[in-house]
Amino acid sequence: MSALLLEPWHRMLSAMPFAWTQYEFMRLALLAVLFISPLLGAMGTVVVSNRLAFFSEAIGHAAFTGIALGVMFGLADPMWSMIPFALVLTLIITWIRRRGGLSSDTAIGLVMSFTVSLGIVLLSRGGDFARYTNFLIGDMLAVTGGDVAWLAILALAILALFFFFFNRLLLASMSPALARSRARHSGAAELAFASALAMVVTFSLPWIGILVINALLILPAAAARNLASNTAQFFVWSVGISLAAGVIGLVVSFYASSAAGATIVLAAMAIYVLTFAVRRPASS
Amino acid sequence: MPIWPPWKKIWPRCAKLSADDLVAVWFSRLLMFPAHVITTSHRAVSHHGIAPHRCGECCTTLRDVGARVGGRSVLEHVDLHLHCGELTAVIGENGAGKTTLVRCLLGEIPHSGEVHFLDAARRRPDSPAIGYVPQHSSFDKDAPVSVLDLFAFSLSSRPACLGLSSAVREQAREGLSRTGAEHLLHRRVGALSGGELQRVLLGLALTPVPNILVLDEPMSGVDHSGREQFYELLSRLRREYDLAVLLVSHDLATLARFADRLVFLDRHIVCEGPPAEVLRDPRVRAAFSLEPLS
Repeated sequence: MSALLLEPWHRMLSAMPFAWTQYEFMRLALLAVLFISPLLGAMGTVVVSNRLAFFSEAIGHAAFTGIALGVMFGLADPMWSMIPFALVLTLIITWIRRRGGLSSDTAIGLVMSFTVSLGIVLLSRGGDFARYTNFLIGDMLAVTGGDVAWLAILALAILALFFFFFNRLLLASMSPALARSRARHSGAAELAFASALAMVVTFSLPWIGILVINALLILPAAAARNLASNTAQFFVWSVGISLAAGVIGLVVSFYASSAAGATIVLAAMAIYVLTFAVRRPASS
Repeated sequence: MPIWPPWKKIWPRCAKLSADDLVAVWFSRLLMFPAHVITTSHRAVSHHGIAPHRCGECCTTLRDVGARVGGRSVLEHVDLHLHCGELTAVIGENGAGKTTLVRCLLGEIPHSGEVHFLDAARRRPDSPAIGYVPQHSSFDKDAPVSVLDLFAFSLSSRPACLGLSSAVREQAREGLSRTGAEHLLHRRVGALSGGELQRVLLGLALTPVPNILVLDEPMSGVDHSGREQFYELLSRLRREYDLAVLLVSHDLATLARFADRLVFLDRHIVCEGPPAEVLRDPRVRAAFSLEPLS
């Protein structure tokens, strides 16, 4: 099914006069980047505005335990244990934050160190940890046609959810008290977004890598913040920068034979430095 | 001044009213009912800039309200009536429970006792329309959010990142015009001065026109002349829209001139009444280090 749908894509790209478009894995990787990077760029606007950067970092790192659970249950694809585990963790972190007592970053820090250590202990039993280093740096070239189909469905569902809650989340980022006085369910919006974020981060981990995934969420939005003076500009810049960094990074990684995820992050970082140089003055 | 329709000459402030609204208002005057009993809604009238009658009814009642934060009682046995068209100011020392009282009213934290909202038509609305002006120091000064975006976040469900509807632009312009801040529509929220941001937030709180307006320390970080202007604006608006206003503030000198009623809070209500009376109370003078009266 997905092979049939992807046929025109392969034909179009292989007709291009570039060395990298002649390889099927690169064409699939490009397609995945075209879905993932705008999605991460869009969600990044809320992550940066609502100060969820540490949360998304923690969700990424918690994947260690998610993978370990998958291995223990003998699942063929650890994704089936990683995503439920990330969702459970989102609930736990939200619950701890809501209950108060602990500051948000302390709560997230505790949960993160626990899940990382538990995951490493489980995976390293018998000295076999090296098998899982792929998850650390990611493997963009392992994308299959089936993955791309799943990714497309996930991206559409998450974007719909994202747009539905966008206004409430941004109002809460400006002033939580004002948001609560306006809409009674900003708590529900935050939980829904955190769950969607956990799913996206976990789903794209095997390709981009646990160590660098968070940078792809934060850098485009942080760069866009340097340029934008209203929300529409913020969104368009963030998605655009993310897309540009994704494509540039992927192509560079082909010629440099480097890991695609980290190369994309470097491209995004370069764009961030450029925007920092031309950023708008603080008073306008 | 326009000659036709004739009511614009007699009653210029009606210029924007539709004919059937106008008939309803006049009819109600004839029967000596408050206008909003006859018109479809109270808001339809005040929305167009007409001053309805002061209804004189109690809008909001707090009965024996108490609240605990972190297992500690911070508010006890608070009985308070907030009337339409009246500016009630809550004063008290730090930790006296002022902000907790506001949070109870907004339904943010659980409380004992009862809070009843009575709208102008004397129904009890399930979700009272509260206009809330938060402390502006809490705002993110760096965010790429314009004043227009802030209105869109609050009023519309269409995601502001995909462009704004003309309805939201119109509502924002109208809201800002109530506080004389239309010129700030496209400015970035973080680039506004304290006084400008306060006008924007007040305009937002008045869109749509609420039953009760709650302001939490609105004047922290605003200079003296800015305060005077803001309180004058607030006084005018509460008369114009017949609003019940609850204000939490430290600014005793200015409040004495603009508030209709002062409430001195120290976990419970120590004393309340007209400003001149409350400011003579020795407990208030001691708390705010005013010289004792001879």
